[in-house]
Amino acid sequence: MTVAKKTDETLDTIPKLLLDHAKKRGESTANRLKDFGIWQSWTWSEVSEEVRNLACGLAKIGFQRGDKLAVIGNNRPRLYWSMVAAQALGGIPVPLYQDSVAEEMLYVLENADVKYAIVQNQEQTDKLLEIKDRLPQLEHICYEEPRGMRDYTQDFIHYYKDIQEKGRTFQSENPDFYLHEIEQGQGSDISIFLYTSGTTGKPKGVVLTADNLIITARNSIEFDNLSSEEEVLAYLPMAWVGDNIFSLAQAYVIGFCVNCPENPETVMTDLKEIGPTYYFAPPAIYETVLTKVMIRMEDASKIKRSMFNYFMDLAKSVGIRILDGKSVSFTERILYGIGHLLVYGPLKNNLGLSRTRLAYTAGEAIGPEIFEFYRSLGINIKQLYGQTEASVFICAQPDGQVKADTVGTAYPGVELRLADNNEVFYRSPGVFHSYYKNPESTAETKDAEGWVATGDAGFFDDDGHLKIIDRAKDVGQMNDGTMFAPKYIENKLKFFPFIKEAVAFGNEKDYTSAFICIDIEAVGNWAERQNLAYSGYTDLSARVEVYDLLQECVETVNADLARDEKLSGSQIKRFLLMHKELDADDGELTRTRKVRRSIVAEKYEELIAALYDPQQTHCEIDSQMTFEDGRTGMVHADLQIRESARIESNVQTLAA
Amino acid sequence: MEKNTGEFLLSVDHISLSFGGVNALTDISFGIREKEVFAIIGPNGAGKTSMLNVINGFYHPQEGEITYKGVHRKQMKSHDAAVQGIARTFQNVALFKGMSTLDNIMTGRIIRMKRNIFWQALYLGPARKEEMENRAFVEDIIDFLEIQAIRRTPVGRLPYGLQKRVELGRALAMEPDLLLLDEPMAGMNIEEKQDMCRFVLDVNDQYGTTIALIEHDMGVVMDISDRVVVLDYGKKLADGTPDEVRENQAVIDAYLGVPH
Repeated sequence: MTVAKKTDETLDTIPKLLLDHAKKRGESTANRLKDFGIWQSWTWSEVSEEVRNLACGLAKIGFQRGDKLAVIGNNRPRLYWSMVAAQALGGIPVPLYQDSVAEEMLYVLENADVKYAIVQNQEQTDKLLEIKDRLPQLEHICYEEPRGMRDYTQDFIHYYKDIQEKGRTFQSENPDFYLHEIEQGQGSDISIFLYTSGTTGKPKGVVLTADNLIITARNSIEFDNLSSEEEVLAYLPMAWVGDNIFSLAQAYVIGFCVNCPENPETVMTDLKEIGPTYYFAPPAIYETVLTKVMIRMEDASKIKRSMFNYFMDLAKSVGIRILDGKSVSFTERILYGIGHLLVYGPLKNNLGLSRTRLAYTAGEAIGPEIFEFYRSLGINIKQLYGQTEASVFICAQPDGQVKADTVGTAYPGVELRLADNNEVFYRSPGVFHSYYKNPESTAETKDAEGWVATGDAGFFDDDGHLKIIDRAKDVGQMNDGTMFAPKYIENKLKFFPFIKEAVAFGNEKDYTSAFICIDIEAVGNWAERQNLAYSGYTDLSARVEVYDLLQECVETVNADLARDEKLSGSQIKRFLLMHKELDADDGELTRTRKVRRSIVAEKYEELIAALYDPQQTHCEIDSQMTFEDGRTGMVHADLQIRESARIESNVQTLAA
Repeated sequence: MEKNTGEFLLSVDHISLSFGGVNALTDISFGIREKEVFAIIGPNGAGKTSMLNVINGFYHPQEGEITYKGVHRKQMKSHDAAVQGIARTFQNVALFKGMSTLDNIMTGRIIRMKRNIFWQALYLGPARKEEMENRAFVEDIIDFLEIQAIRRTPVGRLPYGLQKRVELGRALAMEPDLLLLDEPMAGMNIEEKQDMCRFVLDVNDQYGTTIALIEHDMGVVMDISDRVVVLDYGKKLADGTPDEVRENQAVIDAYLGVPH
């Protein structure tokens, strides 16, 4: 089997690429799914046939060119095939976040004019049935897993395999239909709608064309030297643009294998079994994994622990240099080799990263220690900066030029410029077509020459790497004129393993204050070591000992901020520990776990008032909590407020 | 929804059981129909668990007759009960704590395996094929109960709610016709109870298994059972549909107490 590195550039749609792979490398594995404890696999020619049957079946029940098909569920090969089948018929797939509640789905389904839906299981079918009365245009629902669906006898509900069966008959009656439909497709066709989760306001449907996705995928394959031999694990939401690039567009362009986990809870085990060569994860996942390793190392025997510490220290200096291609002495190489045998190898194997040649992270800033940890193990982890509107890539770190605090240089084919207020603008082949049915927003974001406003503020460092500090509109000013970049401060706080989430306030205020959510796993483990008994999250975060612990973290951040002339004035003066975790179900986070600042500020108004009232040392709060099944309950808590020490700016003294 | 429950799968007639001078059960008669969810309720010490023990042959009643699948018996033998398709779970989880979820459920298949221990130890030819068939069956159950993520975890490390689920899995592995559940939801939180209810109903619906369960949570019992029998001090107070039982004065007295 030859390793494909390039593909024919005339193949300008995903279905055309699929046909090409089925013809040229039909026997290679295209997809795997762990089911019933075994990895089931499909070759490219099998996938091609599955997609054809599904597409023909959809055509049989009335699917027309331009129709929209909603796809809802966990990462499953059949759902990926559904998207390709819709594209083959000239339709538009609209993947939705599978953990959204019915009401959230209603808006998207309505806005996208969805006529057909392919969903994973009974749970998703139930959600659609709940809102079906208000969705007159939704005509057919097709489910993938038959479990529990026996009593669903409505004639608009279909079983996936029945549709495929219909398709098989349809295909034999109309043998030219399918290929003819695919031939009509071209690169400028609309390929997909991706709804941005919307940090503010209603989600917007980003319209991407086949060219957007495929040209971007081609550029990225060249940039990172990907081949058809890669193995990836598809575990991030299908509604997210990244998954559409990493698990769909790139895979279909170059022809590598996409593996789907058994279910969301088994991802870590499945990762270990697959050992992906190319891996993407948001910083939170790298962080959770690192926290788990550290916690387990603390429970390990003394010999193991000291071995781990010795070799990790060594790796920090040597491993990173090896990865960056810098000079390393012979003894250091030997020691690193021993370390690999004893520590790094087994550890990587345990994390499922043994074969990982390339790992990416994006979405949020990643802590320097976390970044260093993986790089020192020899995993080439890099940051990228992207957006749905750009078909992911805007900036990425080229090999050998990786720095923890920048997002790298402009991606191949991307032009960058900074506005006067430091907002980042870009123009690239991946730039989106428009927001669906929303010309005003399109015009606001994209100008006539194709420049897109990111809404992020940043600047270039001395090496020409872009450094993002915050959302342009979130960068504010304090009453004394100091620049206030809340996310910059929050990220510094979140780099501590004890802190899960933080929200900083300070715009148009006299000083900075913060809400902090503790990380129950890390703080809980710490509490156990201190022999501190606690009953749960609320209890633990109200402990004086925990406040003391967190105060140290806050003061370290203050010391860090003091080093920067522009930001020294925004050191944190007062903070409190939240009684509950911020949660997407309560609307406090987006589905991608970004803080919704305005909603948090509104909901916890009293707490903020208390933070700015020097008289108050504590504040009582009743807040609403949403459980997983959608019911709500009230939580009562009495929160203490702490003052933290601030450090006088020492920039001048250093300069003198 | 009216379910198509059929003939009596099991009936007990005039069962009496005593331990020395203590009468655990006195003259109990009722029948369990095919494909129904049947609940045995009653206050503490009413004899519910004893009744289940009589049905699966763990206790042998002094008087009365048990009819299972049309065969009359004075008493059940435990092994017979298992071979004849009666499986059960226990009030206090009775799993092999050091073994994984998968292995625990596999033990439920032993009764269906034909090869003897020597064949199995050799793991050749037919024994190997049999092992694979049984493993496939067990994987079906794991999928059904949504416990894929704990397949390889020793059950001793699992939370209680999940252990109960594994125990249900082991009972299902026996492909039972009659499934006896002794307080399947005891000690669970609301979410775990909801899950368990769904599994019980799904088992009943999908595999057509007849289910007899003991449960204290009245909300659960009234929701999921087709018929209920009420015991008190070893005697039968009432039986019928949940609505009938709820209206029954003797039952109300037993649960709420009567003025003396």
